[in-house]
Amino acid sequence: MSVLVDEKTRVVVTGATGRQGSFHLAQMLEFGTRVVAGVTPGRQGQEVSGVPVYDTVEAAVEKHGANAAVVFVPGGLAKDSAMECIDAGVPLVVVISEHVPLHDAMVVNAFAAERGTTIVGPNTYGLCSPSARCKIGIPPNSIFQAGPVGVVARSGTLSYELVASLTEAGLGQTSVVGMGGDRVAGVNFIDMLKRFERDPETGVVVLIGEIGGTAEEEAAEYIKGMSKPVVAYLAGKSAPPGKRMGHAGAIIERGRGTFESKVAALEAGGAKVAQLPWEVAPLVKAAFTQ
Amino acid sequence: MKLYEYMAKGVLAEAGVPIPRGRLCRTPEEAGAACRDLGPVAVKAQVLVGGRGKAGGIKVADTPEEAEAAARQILGMNLKGYTVDTVYCESKLSITQEIYLSLTFDPGSKRPLLIASASGGIAIEEVPEKAIIKRGIPVAWGLQPYMAYQVARRLGLGGVLAREFSDLACKLYKAFVRLDAELVEINPLAVVDGHIIAADSRLNVDDDAMARHGDLPTTSEATPLESKVRALGLAFVQLDGDIAVMANGAGITMATLDVLQHYGGKPMNFLDAGGGSSAGPTAEALAILFNTHPKAVLVNIFGGITRCDEVAKAIVQVRREQAAAKDAPLVVRLVGTNETEGHRILREAGVDAFRSMQQAAERVVALAGEGVGAV
Repeated sequence: MSVLVDEKTRVVVTGATGRQGSFHLAQMLEFGTRVVAGVTPGRQGQEVSGVPVYDTVEAAVEKHGANAAVVFVPGGLAKDSAMECIDAGVPLVVVISEHVPLHDAMVVNAFAAERGTTIVGPNTYGLCSPSARCKIGIPPNSIFQAGPVGVVARSGTLSYELVASLTEAGLGQTSVVGMGGDRVAGVNFIDMLKRFERDPETGVVVLIGEIGGTAEEEAAEYIKGMSKPVVAYLAGKSAPPGKRMGHAGAIIERGRGTFESKVAALEAGGAKVAQLPWEVAPLVKAAFTQ
Repeated sequence: MKLYEYMAKGVLAEAGVPIPRGRLCRTPEEAGAACRDLGPVAVKAQVLVGGRGKAGGIKVADTPEEAEAAARQILGMNLKGYTVDTVYCESKLSITQEIYLSLTFDPGSKRPLLIASASGGIAIEEVPEKAIIKRGIPVAWGLQPYMAYQVARRLGLGGVLAREFSDLACKLYKAFVRLDAELVEINPLAVVDGHIIAADSRLNVDDDAMARHGDLPTTSEATPLESKVRALGLAFVQLDGDIAVMANGAGITMATLDVLQHYGGKPMNFLDAGGGSSAGPTAEALAILFNTHPKAVLVNIFGGITRCDEVAKAIVQVRREQAAAKDAPLVVRLVGTNETEGHRILREAGVDAFRSMQQAAERVVALAGEGVGAV
């Protein structure tokens, strides 16, 4: 089993003819993802890795029954592309684009809420469900393995690091979902924890957080009522306040969003918090044998 | 990007928000002249950090001589690490009431948020939660006058003041959206002679939207080194340690700093070379790091799609070409495609290469002579 996607997921890629879009379209195909169409306005009739390209998402949905979209256009254009996907009735839209303006992200989310669309991102690596052979986004194909661990994260390469360590320890994944590093994002920790709690194949959930905002503290409240064990790792223990640590969301402002407050909240919620990245896999293993 | 008070006020005045008369001054003489024209003034340090009043950055002057003396004291002053090079001289106000008003965004509800309080004039963090009014604003319609009237009523404002408050809040909201602001704050929103006026203001514009605001003035809080690395398109923050760090991705870079600190090492910087960044800017950034003469350098790359042999070649080339890079201890953690080849290239060039982040961190801390096992 998996969350958000399954064997029937049919993906349309926007920005398909760009450098990033075309490269990752091919990588997704290689993983086994059913990529059915690409979209770049003005490029209808072309192909990328054998996948037909259209001018509009609407056409891709009509012709190929796409039921998920992944947005690869530059940040300044992402609002238009994501809204086009929502308007075309695509129920899941994954926004990979970085540097999406904050007000644009709010507009996209408001439109998605109106239409009941699920948004992942922006500024995310996407998501992957190994058993469904479905990867939507940019993580390296080699790190995943099917298994019983659900993973939800804010950060990309830190996810790769930790997912690879799980795989190396023989702990495969049901689904791995990146929420993105921005301050206004689509799905949040609680949305994903709820889905993993319901998913019969997921036994343990790994939450990968970082300093800034209060998403981890809010997740901790939900974890209290979960039946499944949660293992957490948080980045940014050594970060000074007031500095933006790469991600727009990773900043300690006005005393909020500190490492200490997040660890305290998660532990009070019953999660096991790893102090170092390589402690995650052993803690997950221990959670299974409890 | 944060704007200075005088810049924020200029932008808000254009949006129709009432502000006191004022003038930007670079010398004590200019401050004296401003006071001669404006009458009694507040001489205010222009810095990008809050709490300047408490730190002595605001002084009231009734005469041109006093204004000159105040400016002489404030100009050149160091306020929380920033040197004051301009003051804003603004008409002194006889304030009868101080209100707090700001517009920002709420990550939870994913929409703009209006925050107001009748206890203005102090930092909002110091105002008790029950004295703070929060009103979420629907993205599709924006702030409507009736919503602002509701807030005015809860602030205890009536008559002319309620009308002026509602008008100002709606103008402020329009500016908030038009300018792609992440925060616009008026504190205090002052009542003077029965009318409201923005006595102090802050405006932070979303960095990710700067491309569509070429008309706005720009400011920078970056150190010269930060500016240099950021010009390459990489995220960089200077810290106060002496082990230079480069990793790929914000999360893994933060985690790398945490791990170094765990072993007793002191990171010199945060440098995110990007999840999928090309070898060019990465090599340039590495060269800049070497030229800061760190005690040791740690490169932590979880390659994935990036080819490790190409990364290794770029690192070796920097080491060969940069004088400062020849002898500085360098530790590389490299995992991903063509990893074995990457490690071979590094080892042949005399660079410590590891697969494990733990081993790499322990090694670089030891080489820097820090931590528990320091020699």
